[in-house]
Amino acid sequence: MIQLDNLTKVFDTPEGAVVAADHISLEVPSGEICILLGPSGCGKTTTLKMINRIVTPTSGKVFISGEDTTDMNTQDLRRNIGYVIQQIGLFPNMTIEENITIVPKLLGWDKAKYKARAREMMAMISMEPDAFLKRFPSELSGGQQQRIGVARALAADPPVMLMDEPFGAIDPINRAVIQDEFLKMQQELNKTIMFVSHDIDEAIKMGDRVAIFREGKLVQHSSPDDLLAAPKNAFVESFLGEDRALKRLNLVKVQEVVSDEIATVSPGDTLETALARIEDYGYQNAILMVNDRRQPVGLITRAKARTTKGYCRDHFESVPGTVTLDDDLRKVASLMFSQDATWLPCVDDQGRVCGQITQRAMTHHLGSRFRAREAAPRKPDSAVKE
Amino acid sequence: MPIQSLNGALRALLLVAIFFAGVWSQSSGVIEDFLWYLPDVQYLAIQHLWLTAISGSLAILVAIPLGIVLSRPSMARWAESLMQVLNVGTTIPTLAVLALSMSFLGIGAVPAVFGLFVATLLPITRNTYAGLKGVDPALMEAAAGIGMSSTQRLMRVELPNALYVIFAGMRTALTINVGTVPLAFLIGAGGLGELIFTGIDLYDPVMMLSGAIPTALLAIVVDALIATVAFLVVPRGVNPSRA
Amino acid sequence: MELIQYALDNIDLLVTRTLEHISLVGVAVGIATLTGVPIGIAITKNERAAKSVLYAASIIVTIPSIALFGIMIPVLSLIGQGIGYLPAVIAVLLYSQLPIIRNTYTAINNVDPALREAARGIGMSPNQRLRFVEIPLAVPVIMAGVRIAVVLNIGVMAIAAYIGAGGLGTFISRGISQSDPRQLIVGAVAVSLLAIIVDYTLLFVQKRLTPRGMELDASTA
Repeated sequence: MIQLDNLTKVFDTPEGAVVAADHISLEVPSGEICILLGPSGCGKTTTLKMINRIVTPTSGKVFISGEDTTDMNTQDLRRNIGYVIQQIGLFPNMTIEENITIVPKLLGWDKAKYKARAREMMAMISMEPDAFLKRFPSELSGGQQQRIGVARALAADPPVMLMDEPFGAIDPINRAVIQDEFLKMQQELNKTIMFVSHDIDEAIKMGDRVAIFREGKLVQHSSPDDLLAAPKNAFVESFLGEDRALKRLNLVKVQEVVSDEIATVSPGDTLETALARIEDYGYQNAILMVNDRRQPVGLITRAKARTTKGYCRDHFESVPGTVTLDDDLRKVASLMFSQDATWLPCVDDQGRVCGQITQRAMTHHLGSRFRAREAAPRKPDSAVKE
Repeated sequence: MPIQSLNGALRALLLVAIFFAGVWSQSSGVIEDFLWYLPDVQYLAIQHLWLTAISGSLAILVAIPLGIVLSRPSMARWAESLMQVLNVGTTIPTLAVLALSMSFLGIGAVPAVFGLFVATLLPITRNTYAGLKGVDPALMEAAAGIGMSSTQRLMRVELPNALYVIFAGMRTALTINVGTVPLAFLIGAGGLGELIFTGIDLYDPVMMLSGAIPTALLAIVVDALIATVAFLVVPRGVNPSRA
Repeated sequence: MELIQYALDNIDLLVTRTLEHISLVGVAVGIATLTGVPIGIAITKNERAAKSVLYAASIIVTIPSIALFGIMIPVLSLIGQGIGYLPAVIAVLLYSQLPIIRNTYTAINNVDPALREAARGIGMSPNQRLRFVEIPLAVPVIMAGVRIAVVLNIGVMAIAAYIGAGGLGTFISRGISQSDPRQLIVGAVAVSLLAIIVDYTLLFVQKRLTPRGMELDASTA
């Protein structure tokens, strides 16, 4: 757990004192990732760097795992905090192995233990130990170097990690891959992480919580979904962008929106039955046809059912697509747009139909938070309340 | 490729020239003349190397710590102006340095070693300082961030990363040193300069060459030697010649 | 005081020797620029040639000047020019090659490939590219090489007094042989001041030659 208590930094410049961080109070529960987000010069990096005292706080306190760090020895403090920076900062004079094992060495681990640890770390970041441990940083690609940078920070297994725009210098494709890998690692490691970013999409993807900074002040600290649904003021709103409702599509899973009420027909039913069922349920266009294992096999359209006689198995059309409960709404929306569909069947692990998701339900779900906010009396500038 | 064939032609020409030079020197008895100077050459070459070794190692021992001290953040206020002075110092011709050393310390080995020491000191200090200042700030932040003490940062990060530049400084400085030692003869410190300057005065070409050729070879050997040491000592990851 | 008095008494000689010194270094480095710059440009076309030329030039610089004089005297004696002006000029010429060739080579090689492509794109021939793009951009760096050569050779020239080439080195050589500290110190100080002043003057020229908005890389300066 990381707690910041009224952390403040004032820089003395020739033009006078500049408050880079103004009474920042913040708590990151154990095992969570907190993203510090904001435009450049907003104080997010200063706040991060006060935790491991790369920047000395002017006032305020930092607690790690409930312990006040104010009187801790700086080097001991830093050795127990993993630190990843944008420039990576691998030591070019050391091999990959020496880079990874430097903190364990500083902590006085014995040789066999830190050597084994290096191999373990390489396995964790999915890089072949025998191929890479004896190489030098200059012989690696940028993406590989940043993986090693993360491995170095994790080598001594610190409970807490600080990451300063760690994936900022990597090209977009590799960045997404490394972000995914990192999230997968975090699921097992459960580190408490503070992470500086200026990329709103990265914040939404990586963060359990997002803290938005502006001019040295913490403006809003909430979960990504809350942030997008209920920005506290105009600044946060404009920072999140006009398409913030679309960004929420990433965050909502099908299972939150799915309706388990879905009528189906089987191949042996007559088209008459199908039409009756379409009318009963008020479906506009079509009804889903499933086989005896309840797997979707086709669509019977309303027009066909009305004008033709016979069995469903002779008159069905193909299913435009299915979604699973774990998919996010972004994928669903994309599938709907490309197939010109207003609803899609939803299937479980075995491919059995378990419900449907409609455009109406999606917009309703996303809109409900906004409506709740419109209804509530809006406090003027409720953001700056620290 | 015309250049390559030109190279070949030059090489062949060189071999022919060496062959005829050998034939000529054998027939004219020049080789015997040279052999007559051999004991002198041996004695003076050793003296020569001693002067380099003493002044050079003193200079290294002073210059590297000086460069380190100047590169510390606490020294930042004076370091730049002091480096300006050192830069001006390196433009002063070595003969002038020796001459000034002699006018204050008299003649003999002591003023010679002192003059050589000063001439060698400047490039090494300058490169040590520049090398340490040139270490990427991101590396320094990473080193601090993972909890290295300032001594650990210096020993494990700064010096290894500056080593290539420091060695470049030592190479320049010691090559200048070996080349300046002949002038030390002028202020009475011996060395191979004795054969060259006496040869010039007496207009004795064999004597001149007996001094000049070993001096040139010594300089080239010392230069190559330091290059080799740098190649072996500087870590592979920060050694451009081993990339 | 005594030193200043000596310098003032011999001001004519001092000026003559200084001009001698400057003219010899100036002429030789001037010739060296005329040979070094074309060589530097030529070797950008062939990496192997560049390597061997730069290697040869760096070996030459390694040879101590007094050893070079010692080797040249017997050779030049064959044409009756063993001591004096000629060996000094040749030495300065040789020593100037490395800084000038190296700086020309790196300057032209370091011209931004995008600029080169743009020049090609607007239809310049290789020679036009050299004339309008590569050489103008390289001039400040080449000038830095010339400056290094001049400062280096002011020192070489001082030693050339011993082979009868004149210049400010004669004060030092006479000072030593006659055990006259006044000549010794005046000579040493004069030659040092000359080197420092010329260095700063050429630095100024170099900066003037640098187009605004183009900063000189510290490593080639």
